[in-house]
Amino acid sequence: MADLYETLGVSRDVDAGALRRAYRKLAKKHHPDLNPGDKAAEERFKSIASAYDLLSDPAKRARYDAGEIDASGEERHPHPSYSSQAEQAQGRKYRSAGPDAPDFSDIFAEYFREGDGMGSGPFGRAHRDPRGQDRHYSLDVDFLDAVIGATRRLALPEGKGIDVRIPAGIDEGQVLRLKGQGGPGRDGAPAGDALIEVHIRPHPWFRREGDNIVLDLPVSLSEAVLGAKVHVPTPGGSVAMSIPPKSDTGTRLRLRGRGIPAHAGRPAGDQYVTLRVVLNRDDADLAAFLRERTTDGFNPRAAMEAAS
Amino acid sequence: MIKREMLFTLIPGLREEDLEQWITRAWVRPDRRENEVTFAEIDVARVRLLVSLQVELQIDTGAVPVVLSLLDQLHDARRQLRVVRRAIDTTASEDLRRRIAEQMRRLTTG
Repeated sequence: MADLYETLGVSRDVDAGALRRAYRKLAKKHHPDLNPGDKAAEERFKSIASAYDLLSDPAKRARYDAGEIDASGEERHPHPSYSSQAEQAQGRKYRSAGPDAPDFSDIFAEYFREGDGMGSGPFGRAHRDPRGQDRHYSLDVDFLDAVIGATRRLALPEGKGIDVRIPAGIDEGQVLRLKGQGGPGRDGAPAGDALIEVHIRPHPWFRREGDNIVLDLPVSLSEAVLGAKVHVPTPGGSVAMSIPPKSDTGTRLRLRGRGIPAHAGRPAGDQYVTLRVVLNRDDADLAAFLRERTTDGFNPRAAMEAAS
Repeated sequence: MIKREMLFTLIPGLREEDLEQWITRAWVRPDRRENEVTFAEIDVARVRLLVSLQVELQIDTGAVPVVLSLLDQLHDARRQLRVVRRAIDTTASEDLRRRIAEQMRRLTTG
């Protein structure tokens, strides 16, 4: 999609008046009535008109500048679709047939039916399976352990403890199966498995969205206005990042490859950093400067006041 | 896990009264722990979905339960398919996987 400012031939900090003039000049030049039969002019006119439509609205322009909407006004979020979430283990929460329904649909029910020995289903057995019972556990893990992977100890009954390998990128609600760590088998039969449902503790400032990490980053007024090089925490450690000048609260920056590491055939995700400008309330010099300043006519509520 | 207020920051187009309705109707089921209502990742995604259905696509309120039911059944099936895929990938040899894939092709195209 084309850049809207380029479409109108103006710079990114163009004011409302100059924007209007640029639009009128281009509109006159490419108006379909003044260019009969010229398909290219008609297309060009349409894109000029919709570019002006978006940029002349201060609220929409702000969102476009911040990267929240694209040139056609559509929401642009790197957040994962509902399907990508619902197809993972955590999607079980909204199972259609309710929480007590069997894990597998009727189509696979036969695979898991308890045979009483006469060959019912594809896996009928001659004797009842003396394998030990599976045991179910729940394990809370720290956010970063779930992102980069770790080994943690889980205390089992009878005083035993086992080391559980937490794979990188594990999802909330995912179940790990540890073979042979469940109930003991009968007459020398193998033990059952330990089924461990993983729950992830929230992190004070990182959030996970699919394969990406999302972070709100407080920045100072100077850093946002003038730009700066700052250090940003990521799951893999602190990295340097450049804040472009003329940034604002809501400016969204991307650190490629700094999200969930590559795992299970999926490439590494990214870290998205949303800036939050924080003022130093004790800055007397800033207050003095602003009191002196008389030329600032900037009103961020212009659209709201015009509407009411 | 995030709190209710955070949802309005994360999801443009979400209205208080709509969220209230959706929770009452159990279209989204946040967790209630110690009198606190919190939204897990899947719940946040579901709220986004509901905003898309009702606000952006303007699907009639009466039709939403039908749509959700179908979607949930669809996702159940896709989840199970992923499990089957993973079971095959982690159990079968490469040769066996190839033979299964060949058979799948044969069964599909006849």
